[in-house]
Amino acid sequence: MALEAGNIFFRYEKKQPWILEDVTVRIDRGECLVVSGPSGCGKTTLAMLLAGYLRPERGQIQAEGFPLPAKGVCPVQLISQHPEKAVNPRWRLKRVLEESGGRMEEILETFGIRRRWLDRFPCELSGGELQRFCVARALMSGADYLICDEISTMMDAVTQAQIWNAVLREAKKRRMGILAVTHNRHLAERIATRQIALEK
Amino acid sequence: MEQRTEALLEIRDLSVSFRMYGHGLKQEDQQVISDLHLSVYPGEILAVAGSSGSGKSLLASAILGILPDNAAVRGYVSYQGEELTPEGQARLRGTEIALVPQSVSFLDPLMRTGAQAEGHRRPRPAERRRQLFRDLGLPDQTERLYPFQLSGGMARRVLVSTALLTDARLIIADEPTPGMSLEQALKALRIFREMADSGRAVILITHDIDLAVEIADRVAVFYAGTTVETAKASDFKAGPGALRHPYSQALWRALPQNEFQPIEGSQPDAGELPKGCLFAPRCPFRTAKCVAETPPVRQVRGGEVRCCYGA
Repeated sequence: MALEAGNIFFRYEKKQPWILEDVTVRIDRGECLVVSGPSGCGKTTLAMLLAGYLRPERGQIQAEGFPLPAKGVCPVQLISQHPEKAVNPRWRLKRVLEESGGRMEEILETFGIRRRWLDRFPCELSGGELQRFCVARALMSGADYLICDEISTMMDAVTQAQIWNAVLREAKKRRMGILAVTHNRHLAERIATRQIALEK
Repeated sequence: MEQRTEALLEIRDLSVSFRMYGHGLKQEDQQVISDLHLSVYPGEILAVAGSSGSGKSLLASAILGILPDNAAVRGYVSYQGEELTPEGQARLRGTEIALVPQSVSFLDPLMRTGAQAEGHRRPRPAERRRQLFRDLGLPDQTERLYPFQLSGGMARRVLVSTALLTDARLIIADEPTPGMSLEQALKALRIFREMADSGRAVILITHDIDLAVEIADRVAVFYAGTTVETAKASDFKAGPGALRHPYSQALWRALPQNEFQPIEGSQPDAGELPKGCLFAPRCPFRTAKCVAETPPVRQVRGGEVRCCYGA
């Protein structure tokens, strides 16, 4: 039971150098794999590939032995570094959450989402508040794997600890696999069960 | 820290509010900065740290007098002992007080970065600028590039260079390091350090407590638009026992290298601030007095704190 990327190659355009060249990663359920590396080494690209937002030019990505579905809810959910770019700016947040299936009250509770935020538009909330919605949305979809791409860089330490404690608690409960990208080595040591470094 | 010279910039009881339209024609005031106290002395780096949406960037705009028209400002700001008027702000900004803006979109997209960093100074400080680009680790050909050809970290360093090229005595750097690698960030911060050591003052706005503690002399902790505590950076290294405000202590405890234990809840919204202490709704030590009235700023163990607890 794992999310696997086997010997994947990726570049944004032909003739350009490979961003990811022959990369193999495996994330087992129940583990938290932290990926680090210098800026521009392809961490976000890897995250997008694993969540099915990009397709590798060569190699394949499989969750539980099957390729990622082209339609329907993806079992691998990406939480982006920029929550304001990951929600529809013209939807109220209630609708943003409902898109991923039924609302689960206890998840709102877990992530400290206030009732009155549900009637607001994304531009009326701060980055840290929006990110709570993005994490809750990913979890409500019933995903098996979470890809967390620098999800707490815009947050103060208290909010960061709130979000990560809640994510790790949920992940443990459901035996989810997590791949987390972070520059913060203290955070990496705190959350990781295993760490890898990407090179340029 | 002992015998202090006169503050370069002093802010007392600064409040900023925005007039917004609610439903229909109903107007609402959103108080984004409340009763803020802050002083910066020559020769120091003062870090302003706190959560996103706590009014850190607005503080920079308020000092420079570049807030939007619907903002109302109250309080006292002085520069070198003289009260800062709108005319004074217009005269000082860009020459005496320089800003490193937060967003890389502050760069002119149609201007090559070299010419842009040099600005409209004549004669052009080309040699100094080249040296500065090199010090910041920007390759020589960067000066001929347009902003869209730069990576995020490079654009950020060009922004930093624009402020460093001025002879400003006060530099306000608003989140200057995101997108830079740790090495590049340290390079940029080292330059700020040198500037401070040569007698200028730097206000470093950041949400990264680790970084703030590493480079700054003092750290002002922001919460919901006010400074809850100003402490020596070494107090943050020492731990919660050396800190004075329950929120600073909570920040320390929440760091991943410490306990990684958060407190509950979230910062109040600008439109719905509590009546007394802004932190009271989340404070483990709150009393009836905290909820009823705003605590005064007190001097405790060489730092400033706005809290009644432990009085």
